[in-house]
Amino acid sequence: MGIYLPIAEISVNVFVLLAMGAAVGFLSGMFGVGGGFLITPLLIFYNIPPAIAVATGANQVIASSFSGALSHMKRGTLDFKLGGVLLAGGIVGSTGGIFVFAFLRRLGQLDLFISLLYVVLLGTVGGLMLVESVNALRATRSGAAPVLKKSGQHNWIHRLPLKMRFRASKLFVSVIPVLGLGAGIGFLSSIMGVGGGFIMVPALIYLLKVPTNVVIGTSLFQIIFTSAYTTLVHATTNQTVDVMLAFLLMAGGVAGAQYGAKAGQKLRGEQLRALLALLVLAVAIRLAIDLFVTPPNLYSLTAAGLN
Amino acid sequence: MRGWRTFSAAALFFALALPATAQAPNPLPEGIQIGLSTDAVSITAGFSGADLTIFGSLENPDPLVARQGRYDVIVVLEGPPRPVVVRRKDRVLGVWVNLESETFENVPVSYSVATTRPLQDITEPNSYRQLSLGASNLYMQPADATDSPATIEEFTTALRERKGATGLYSENVGGVQFLSQNLFRATVRLAPNVPVGTHKARAFLFKSGLFLKESSAQLEIRKSGFEQSIFRVAHDYSFLYGVFAVSLAMITGWLGRLIFRKD
Repeated sequence: MGIYLPIAEISVNVFVLLAMGAAVGFLSGMFGVGGGFLITPLLIFYNIPPAIAVATGANQVIASSFSGALSHMKRGTLDFKLGGVLLAGGIVGSTGGIFVFAFLRRLGQLDLFISLLYVVLLGTVGGLMLVESVNALRATRSGAAPVLKKSGQHNWIHRLPLKMRFRASKLFVSVIPVLGLGAGIGFLSSIMGVGGGFIMVPALIYLLKVPTNVVIGTSLFQIIFTSAYTTLVHATTNQTVDVMLAFLLMAGGVAGAQYGAKAGQKLRGEQLRALLALLVLAVAIRLAIDLFVTPPNLYSLTAAGLN
Repeated sequence: MRGWRTFSAAALFFALALPATAQAPNPLPEGIQIGLSTDAVSITAGFSGADLTIFGSLENPDPLVARQGRYDVIVVLEGPPRPVVVRRKDRVLGVWVNLESETFENVPVSYSVATTRPLQDITEPNSYRQLSLGASNLYMQPADATDSPATIEEFTTALRERKGATGLYSENVGGVQFLSQNLFRATVRLAPNVPVGTHKARAFLFKSGLFLKESSAQLEIRKSGFEQSIFRVAHDYSFLYGVFAVSLAMITGWLGRLIFRKD
């Protein structure tokens, strides 16, 4: 069944989009990630213009992170204060990102920049995760006890000034890295259409030493607002949010996420992470190939005076 | 009975008058008119392209010339002019990057041509250029005229080629047919991505390769339907649209949890 997307201005198949949303939702439920980093490249592969894929991706992320954050709020695994500080940084980063986005679009370099960012980030995160999970799998196979995270170990981050206490996270840390992390994620959110959970979660655990149980809830909480802000600003400055497209993805996504979460409980952590790493790397490689393959048309037309 | 007599009288008059006018030093000049049955066309969201028929007539045609098929008509449907940036990708360290670009002012978004015969058979390339008629003769005005002519030429060619490849610039040879000595019908193609706005229909009359007259009419192309309303809201009330998009996402997330929850 075909449907015409009002903003993307192309006809697409409803079931392909629902399935795409469900598949990504399933994976995001399984791995506890927002799925924005998969949705946006998939939309680009499906010939949705990158500018629209990014803005709509941000819109779709709101739905999945909102439903995820709700369950964490019920369980009390959400640090509102930490989330709020991250969010303050996120708003600044996102605003900066929107300007860069509009500027690159005028220059005609937006598509390239989005692809490059994806290749670099997904390649790095996927590579690190794969190495880490393969090592963990080997370690369990050889029977060695997994190396536990040494708590109480401090790094340079903990020597920065302007300290603040976050009770729910049992943390006493400078606000500078928290704001900086929030800003970085906000920037990525507006340029890549991702929630940024796949960077936020490891950063909170390894850099700020936030207890693992509050990390996901807090990260989701921050992502709701950053991506809501990103969606709003993209809608007003670039008019690139396609609600029709976003709704189809969300509808598939929220259903898939719940089943994914259940499936995720049956797999072991390391296996899960190795699978996710392979998936992330596959997306990165696919995007990288497109950068190097000679395009069918060297010339492209765009309306001048855009934005 | 009386009516019949008048008719025959008229016929007789024409029979006598025609050879006379053909030889007269100042015959009535030929003219051309086109008419559109509507001044606005609404296309729906799922529009996949269509043919638009334009009717027109010749005024005071010379029957001898008409019989020999020496009248030619070219009908053009020209979309609204917009500025366009043409970009060229080049390899930088193996990666394809948009490097060179050229901006053109007032490029018709679409340009559909229908003709009685192939363009090269109707008249000289020179007169097409003078009339700025035909996609390959449209003058594309570069925004920065100081660029080298070779660059402008290259990007102009690329612009025409891309417009042709997307169906926005099209040519329908044989798309104009004479239904009688006076009446003709032109079929121009509307591409699936035909732009909305005021389109200009123009008809050019040629006699034995000589340009005689031009006539034009305007046509408004609108999009209609639910999807178009969304598009309009997204552009006219973009902030409210954004608020709506965010609320929709939150409601979907919340409902999805209620309906599909597994914990």
